[in-house]
Amino acid sequence: MMKQGGPTAMKSRTLVRHGKEGMKNIGRNGWMSFASISAVTIMLLVVGVFLLLIMNMNHFMSSVEEDVEVRVYIDVTASDQEQEELEEELKQLENVDSVTYLSKDEGLDQLINSLGDNSEAFESLRDENPLNDAFILQATSPQLTENVAEQAQELPNIERVDFGEQVVEQLFNVTNILRIIGVVLVLGLMFTAMFLISNTIKLTIVARQKEIQIMKLVGAANGFIRWPFFIEGLLLGVAGSVIPIAVMTGGYHYLYDAYADRLSLNFAEMLPVFPLTLQVSLVLLGIGILVGIWGSITSVRKFLKV
Amino acid sequence: MIEMNNVTKTYKNGVNALNNIDILIEKGEFVYVVGPSGAGKSTFIKMIYREEKPSDGSITIHGTDLTTLKEKHVPHLRRKIGVVFQDFKLLPRLSVFENVAFALEVIEESRDVIRKRVMEVLDIVKLKNKARFLPDELSGGEQQRVSIARAIVNYPRVVIADEPTGNLDPDTSWEIMEILENINRNGTTILMATHNREIVNAIKKRVIAIEAGRIVRDETRGTYGYEK
Ligand SMILES: Nc1ncnc2c1ncn2[C@@H]1O[C@H](COP(=O)(O)OP(=O)(O)OP(=O)(O)O)[C@@H](O)[C@H]1O
Ligand SMILES: [Mg+2]
Repeated sequence: MMKQGGPTAMKSRTLVRHGKEGMKNIGRNGWMSFASISAVTIMLLVVGVFLLLIMNMNHFMSSVEEDVEVRVYIDVTASDQEQEELEEELKQLENVDSVTYLSKDEGLDQLINSLGDNSEAFESLRDENPLNDAFILQATSPQLTENVAEQAQELPNIERVDFGEQVVEQLFNVTNILRIIGVVLVLGLMFTAMFLISNTIKLTIVARQKEIQIMKLVGAANGFIRWPFFIEGLLLGVAGSVIPIAVMTGGYHYLYDAYADRLSLNFAEMLPVFPLTLQVSLVLLGIGILVGIWGSITSVRKFLKV
Repeated sequence: MIEMNNVTKTYKNGVNALNNIDILIEKGEFVYVVGPSGAGKSTFIKMIYREEKPSDGSITIHGTDLTTLKEKHVPHLRRKIGVVFQDFKLLPRLSVFENVAFALEVIEESRDVIRKRVMEVLDIVKLKNKARFLPDELSGGEQQRVSIARAIVNYPRVVIADEPTGNLDPDTSWEIMEILENINRNGTTILMATHNREIVNAIKKRVIAIEAGRIVRDETRGTYGYEK
């Protein structure tokens, strides 16, 4: 007899009604809404900065990691025969991916090239090359570089073994610390923002508890009552992500224009503005929406049992 | 058809509001529920649209067993029953028009249908000229009539009215009775709790008398009783 309440698609006019209601709620709790939006804004600003930093660090790391190699400088006294033996032995080592020979002249060319503007001073070295011939070893993975270097150290006819140990370790450390700080900060701020949003919406609900009860008594389903609050949370989240997205996109654009050239002269390289800022914008918007909806759901749930 | 079998209601605070109620109300009947204040009339009525659940016993409305009715189907039950609440229960922030329209919004009626039908029932309760007023701007009797308009706007099969004439002057009371009789003539079941002796004695209908949570009298063409 009674019409069974399967999930029926909401008509668009109903959605419009819920949207209007949601917006009215935001207006009614002006100050709390403002506080929630501010919390989301601050949280997302921090998230944005960390995302940009971490993504650039990752990019930098992976380009450095590709470059991580072990240089085995051959003792000048070694005979050709001994050099060939050494090459064989290096190839036999564990975790070695490739072994390439680099003569001292090629080594000097590389060095001079990498110095860019300051290279002239070194041109004079061409007559009296201070470098040794070397083998360049690539480990099967960047983390095994140190292991490969240690093994190579044990072999005869070697003057010295070099690898970017400090650079690599420091980079790993910095990135890890950044990640940890980022995650802790972001989580903390996310909870604060969610808490504020959920409290804002709770205010609306408590003020309207009697109304909600009346609505239910005249036949409103829970979903009908929940929607406006859902939209309220969503709008608070979206509103909170506007400023962070603008600041992050504009700021990165500015930094990129100002520093990208200078940085790439050295070893580092910034990720291009596009698509990075778009990706980060989407992530920020997504987090904003998520936090908003989460805040609203946690506050509405227990008020619907009439 | 409304059927109660051995229904008992004990509120959380221990008040025993209804005891072993057995009743059968056929479709299209007009029933008065009378009895002294605190007898359990409102409790009896609240069970029908599931504002309160019985502590014991079973209730069936139009074939739907309320004791096993799932929470998510309660709204559908309520949409089939028009309720005139003793305390009106109007939404304070909505105008008269919007309050009545709300009962149609929840079933996602179109704007045009809503506008037409709401104006129709506001005409019936003589509040067309106050459609834009807020509940606070109305007298008690006017609020009661808004509550009636909302109860009947969705052509319910059952209209339950808890003292619908409680705040009205005699003339308006008779008008309200006319409205209820009219929709009853169209086949709608009417259940009305009342203290209005004059009306019960003049418009003869079935009378169920409740005292201290028990049905003490059930007459097909009864009187108010409790004569001095
Ligand atoms: N929500 C509630 N919680 C606890 N007790 C309640 C509740 N509602 C009603 N009661 C108690 O149940 C009994 C019956 O109340 P009810 O409202 O049904 O009486 P009534 O017949 O409608 O009275 P009136 O004619 O004054 O409206 C009363 O003793 C009342 O105190
Ligand atoms: Mg009562």
